Amino acid sequence: MTKPLMSVKDLTIQFRTDEGIITTVNEISFDIAPGEVLGLVGESGSGKSVSAKALMRLNAGNAIYGPKSSIVLNLDDGPVDVLALRREKDMQVVRGGAVSMIFQEPMASFAPAISIGDQMVEQLLVHTNMSKKEAREHSIDMLARVGISEPSKRIDQYAFEFSGGMRQRAMIAMALSTSPKLLIADEPTTALDVTIQAQVIDLMKELVDEYGMGILFITHDLGVIAQTADRVAVMYLGNVIETGEVRDVIRHPSHPYTKGLLNAIPHLHDLDRPLTPVPGDIPSPLERPTGCVFHTRCAYAIPGKCDREIPSPNTMSPGHTSACFVAKEIHNNEAEAVA
Amino acid sequence: MTSSTHISVKDIGVHFTLGRRLIGKPPVLRAVDGVSLDIPKGCFFGLVGESGSGKTTLGRAMLKAVPITTGHIKYDDGDVQYDIATIGKDELKDYRSRAQLIFQDPYAALSPRMTVRDIIAEPLEVMGITKTREETDNRVREIAAKCRLNLEHLRRFPHAFSGGQRQRISIARALVCEPKFIVADESVAALDVSIQADILNLLKQLQQDMDITFLFISHDLSVVAHTCDHVAVMYLGRLVETAPTRSLFNAPRHPYTKALLSAIPSLDPDDAGRAQRLSGEIPSPANPPDGCRFHTRCPHAREKCKIDVPKWRQMADEHFVSCHYAEELAEASEPVPAG
Repeated sequence: MTKPLMSVKDLTIQFRTDEGIITTVNEISFDIAPGEVLGLVGESGSGKSVSAKALMRLNAGNAIYGPKSSIVLNLDDGPVDVLALRREKDMQVVRGGAVSMIFQEPMASFAPAISIGDQMVEQLLVHTNMSKKEAREHSIDMLARVGISEPSKRIDQYAFEFSGGMRQRAMIAMALSTSPKLLIADEPTTALDVTIQAQVIDLMKELVDEYGMGILFITHDLGVIAQTADRVAVMYLGNVIETGEVRDVIRHPSHPYTKGLLNAIPHLHDLDRPLTPVPGDIPSPLERPTGCVFHTRCAYAIPGKCDREIPSPNTMSPGHTSACFVAKEIHNNEAEAVA
Repeated sequence: MTSSTHISVKDIGVHFTLGRRLIGKPPVLRAVDGVSLDIPKGCFFGLVGESGSGKTTLGRAMLKAVPITTGHIKYDDGDVQYDIATIGKDELKDYRSRAQLIFQDPYAALSPRMTVRDIIAEPLEVMGITKTREETDNRVREIAAKCRLNLEHLRRFPHAFSGGQRQRISIARALVCEPKFIVADESVAALDVSIQADILNLLKQLQQDMDITFLFISHDLSVVAHTCDHVAVMYLGRLVETAPTRSLFNAPRHPYTKALLSAIPSLDPDDAGRAQRLSGEIPSPANPPDGCRFHTRCPHAREKCKIDVPKWRQMADEHFVSCHYAEELAEASEPVPAG
């Protein structure tokens, strides 16, 4: 593996609000290699969507990026320093050019009064050298590719004429039609029924194999991550608290929060297992806990240590790190429990 | 659980007329079309299906919140007996204090202008259950404690609370008039996974303490599997299968139930590819297919399925299914994938 496709280092994002400055993302780092699917998991308010939007510079004007933050996109003709982009025109490379995004709500992401086809053609005219006719033909091909029947008829329809699953397919077709190097998928299956979710996940897997782009897959559903991602980063209150190969993290969770999440979700093969919630509520971003951000809800918290010192990432196995003072113990316990 | 039947639904239909026509009859959407089921007293009864299956409409029919077109719903909690389909005005008033609804979205369900105390007290005041303010306050405090809300929270407004706390407030509001029957419509769907388990455990606890019958409507089969005693699966306005939870999950008989189960993303990354995929999407309930309504998506559909409506048949103890080929398919069935 040479250079990663996208390299995020010490990304800090704050928002200026009436209630003061809110830190939503705190010094997170991750890389995405070409052809790799990185899962970003976390609950609402963990900062996963804000991080993803930063990669495309889509955050609102009151966002402040920390001085050490860096986001570098390595393209064939050299690296792009995403945070240094100033002009809207320059930002097009990360907004549909080399980076595309699939949003959660396909209904809200299409303009209601413009046909699906016109929207697909418009972005191709912006990002490629295609003529209008070529762009339309390419769009029809893409719609067919994602499994929409009668694409040459469908392309002139509007978003409201599509069902939820079809809208999400059209969204994927649109995002992929410019052949992006990196695809950001922000909860792409959350609004869909399970049966349709399964279809969309299968489709995305096929497309990764075919197009070989890197994907940042954002979701709160660990099951979806297990089925799609190669590596996973778990976020809590703006921090990446655990990261590693998806098998390592799900089989040997080494952070109390990851472990808590896995205990809180229902497992179909073991109906007798009680559901154990993660105690307490997610703190407000206005009141970020001192020390380890998770100590207020953590069963392993050491008084006087976890509420004062910030844990740095501990390596469990190659590529698997956990930012917790007792990560080793939890990791070993989990390994025993599995064995 | 062998106790008496609390709610007995007989051949219920909820039809909506779509628009008007100058000539001829307007089309009719049969959201619920000939559903019969019995809910025993004290049962945690699950109702699952995709969006558009009619599960919410069926739940609302049981609360007389939508007009019932055909059929009967017998309600018998030991004290009173009503036929909900033909219930009179005065009786309905009494029924409202016996049957309550918990909504999906705790952010939309609570008035931002009322304190938590006033929100929880409102049903008592509207129904004239308590006579003095002191009596009301006592009831509010009692139920708040049961729902694990702090007494100091009662003076605050809903905006000060997280999603999990808000859902506890809306549960307290539903329970304050000591209902016998609760419809919980997707009550954990909007919550984060770490909180979801907490609310599910709370609902179970309250059900046992207060001897309530629950209709738990959800699209999430794994949540239903962990919470409910008995499950009914709906598709396009009709029941396709009902069974005790264990029987349904260990030996699903209907191809739709099997497909729903296999569509749940497994937490085991190596478990991919075993899933049985459904093609296409749920057809419009305004124009449902003839014969078995599932035949357009069923991997086992044959000629007979396109013509004959399958009968509602008993397969095992309390296990009912409507599929022509349930016996054959049961023999060929694979074990449920681990989730």
